[in-house]
Amino acid sequence: MSESRRLSIRGGRVIDPASGLDAVTDLHVDGQRIAGIGAAPDGFVADRSFDATGLVVCPGLVDLCARLRQPGLEQKATIASETRAAAAAGITTLCCPPDTLPPVDTPAVAQLILQTAEERGLARVLPAGGLTRGLEGKQISEMAALQQAGSPVMSNADRPIRDTRVQRRALEYAGTYGLTVFLHPADAYLSEGGLVHEGLYSTRMGLPGIPEAAETVAVARDLALAEQTGARIHFRGLSTARATQMLAEARARGIPVTADVGAHQLFLTEQALAGFNANAYVIPPLRTEHDREALRTAVARGEIAAICSDHQPHEPDAKLDPLPRTEPGISALETLLPLGLALVREGVLDLGALLACLTCNPADILGVPFGRLHPGAMADVCVFDADARWTVGPQTLVSRGHNTPFAGAEMQGQVRLTLLAGREVFRRGHQSPQG
Amino acid sequence: MPERDPMTGPNPQLDAQGNLKHFLTIDGLDRALLTEILDRSEGFLGVAQQAVKKVPLCRGKIVANLFFENSTRTRTTFELAAKRLSADVLNLNISTSATAKGETLLDTLRNLEAMHVDMFVVRHADSGAAHFIASHAAPHVSVINAGDGRHSHPTQGMLDMFTIRRHKGGFDGLTVAIVGDVLHSRVARSQILALNTLGVREVRVIAPRTLVPTRAEEALGVRVFHDLREGVRDADVIILLRLQRERMDGGFLPSEHEYFYLFGLTEKRLRGAKPDAIVMHPGPINRGVEMDSQVADGARSVILEQVSNGLAVRMAVMSMCIGTQNLGAGPSGQPLPEATTQDTPHV
Repeated sequence: MSESRRLSIRGGRVIDPASGLDAVTDLHVDGQRIAGIGAAPDGFVADRSFDATGLVVCPGLVDLCARLRQPGLEQKATIASETRAAAAAGITTLCCPPDTLPPVDTPAVAQLILQTAEERGLARVLPAGGLTRGLEGKQISEMAALQQAGSPVMSNADRPIRDTRVQRRALEYAGTYGLTVFLHPADAYLSEGGLVHEGLYSTRMGLPGIPEAAETVAVARDLALAEQTGARIHFRGLSTARATQMLAEARARGIPVTADVGAHQLFLTEQALAGFNANAYVIPPLRTEHDREALRTAVARGEIAAICSDHQPHEPDAKLDPLPRTEPGISALETLLPLGLALVREGVLDLGALLACLTCNPADILGVPFGRLHPGAMADVCVFDADARWTVGPQTLVSRGHNTPFAGAEMQGQVRLTLLAGREVFRRGHQSPQG
Repeated sequence: MPERDPMTGPNPQLDAQGNLKHFLTIDGLDRALLTEILDRSEGFLGVAQQAVKKVPLCRGKIVANLFFENSTRTRTTFELAAKRLSADVLNLNISTSATAKGETLLDTLRNLEAMHVDMFVVRHADSGAAHFIASHAAPHVSVINAGDGRHSHPTQGMLDMFTIRRHKGGFDGLTVAIVGDVLHSRVARSQILALNTLGVREVRVIAPRTLVPTRAEEALGVRVFHDLREGVRDADVIILLRLQRERMDGGFLPSEHEYFYLFGLTEKRLRGAKPDAIVMHPGPINRGVEMDSQVADGARSVILEQVSNGLAVRMAVMSMCIGTQNLGAGPSGQPLPEATTQDTPHV
């Protein structure tokens, strides 16, 4: 089998952020693994080659948060439909939060997701284990068993744990097994009932607000607990400028904390809600321009190490109601890389740093060996055209969810080829394999 | 406050010629249009005094009152206004019918459209509900917002403007003080936007910080006071907002008693305002909470007049929207401008 799967990707700009490699060269894949970069290794004869002239060749993207909606919410999407979208977006590894139905709070549900992804999936799916049973924030889950079943991290999804003592025990217990805990920082009381950023727009539109303090209070609490317990925590989806400062201070003090941001938070503000646009309704909420600039700065400085999609596909009906009755979230897998490339064009960070935020950094946060291109590494590869333009819309999106505030917007950057463990899971364009 | 405000977003209320097609919010409407509503209302005020209290402006039209939230008073004035315009009226109390059976809002809408309804008068507990209905209604249908969540209650706002203009002759140089729960009040939002558009000197908001929305000064264009005596000083108009009982449970206020002690309007406190100041309240009044009975029933109170004026203003708005329909924005006419991009993926 492996003899028939020798592929050379020729003449592309190969970028491996983990090693700092950035050169126009060839990448050779043998079976599931990277065989070499540059000259072909001794005895390597490619069965096929892919002409990557003018294209970027990088590790398959690693997404820290993408909801696939299976099991239990298949009216929105499935593992098959969303991993197909992931492959089209160059994403080869994704972590799904545990808020499925039932939630991922037992090994059986984690195994079900892993098995379904293996049988029908076009991306590697890593289910985050539920931090508490039923995600109810009362009793800690069987984390060791979830870890054994294949959950690399623990998370209570976006359901904040009200009881600080439970939070403390959960962090301690996870720390026992070296598990990183993903935390969506939102104080349960301050965020309750809120829909949008508490500010100019909530006041003008009469929408219940989520104050900045909902995030900073939770960040302060969780940093204090992390400092005391020594647990490794990861803030999933920061949205405020103040929280980025607190993160930077805590990291400077040596607290083992990392953070990510949803790509849309680096572009949109509360202004996107004008006209009660339900597609801009997302949790954490879109905040102010000041917050957006601070988030960009934190990404540029490496304090926020990962950019994720925070993908939340919905069926059309979920957004067809007055805004307060709609479900929050953006279908975002396929805009992740193009939005990242826009950051490069806007001078926020260079291409290598961006790709680090999309590959090896999130892989390190998950503690998995993907997102790298060195010889012997798993051959998860993304080949993209950084300049190709396309328009976001139901005709161009592969995801079953079409709920995006970027609908109608022109994106720059399009994936041409995606390999998952050496297997071609996506290809766009006319180029056929050459023997 | 600029005439074209970036916070307004695309204005779904006007047709391509700038005529009023829907009446969803004061936001984004200019001074000329608000003045036109007031002028027309003046004309309708006379109809109530005629022996035959009907005009044929909406004859042959069907108006559906879609009330997802109970409100006998507002619904009654809309019903009466429609009947005086010679329209046929359907009253639907949706909270107890369709949606209780699991029907979606859009399904309810489609069913009524199939009955060839020409205008929906909508009250809903969610901010943005009227915008949503307007953006999904058939092109020939008009939508009038009779109150959506905390967002907007534009006919109430305009009837208050009408009452102010009748007493003060205009808006130039006026100081208007709004007392109470601005945070939860759609009425206050509509009043404030209308007052600023019509060019008053100053809009003041008087309340404890718990009841003033975040960044109200910038977002709404008001001056905030936390002391009633300071806030009503030299005011021409004092508007008291209704205080809902549940604010005590939500931790916004300690008690009604303390609220009245600090923010309740009494004859004595009223003395700080201009000698000819008027006192308004959208009703229903909580006597001994927002004001004492002496003020409510006193010479400065124009509260009952507000109710009568409500009818004229609603007739004016309804006839303007129906008039826009008659201009040719029928099924084959101008398509409805999209309020948002939210439905484009599903077209």
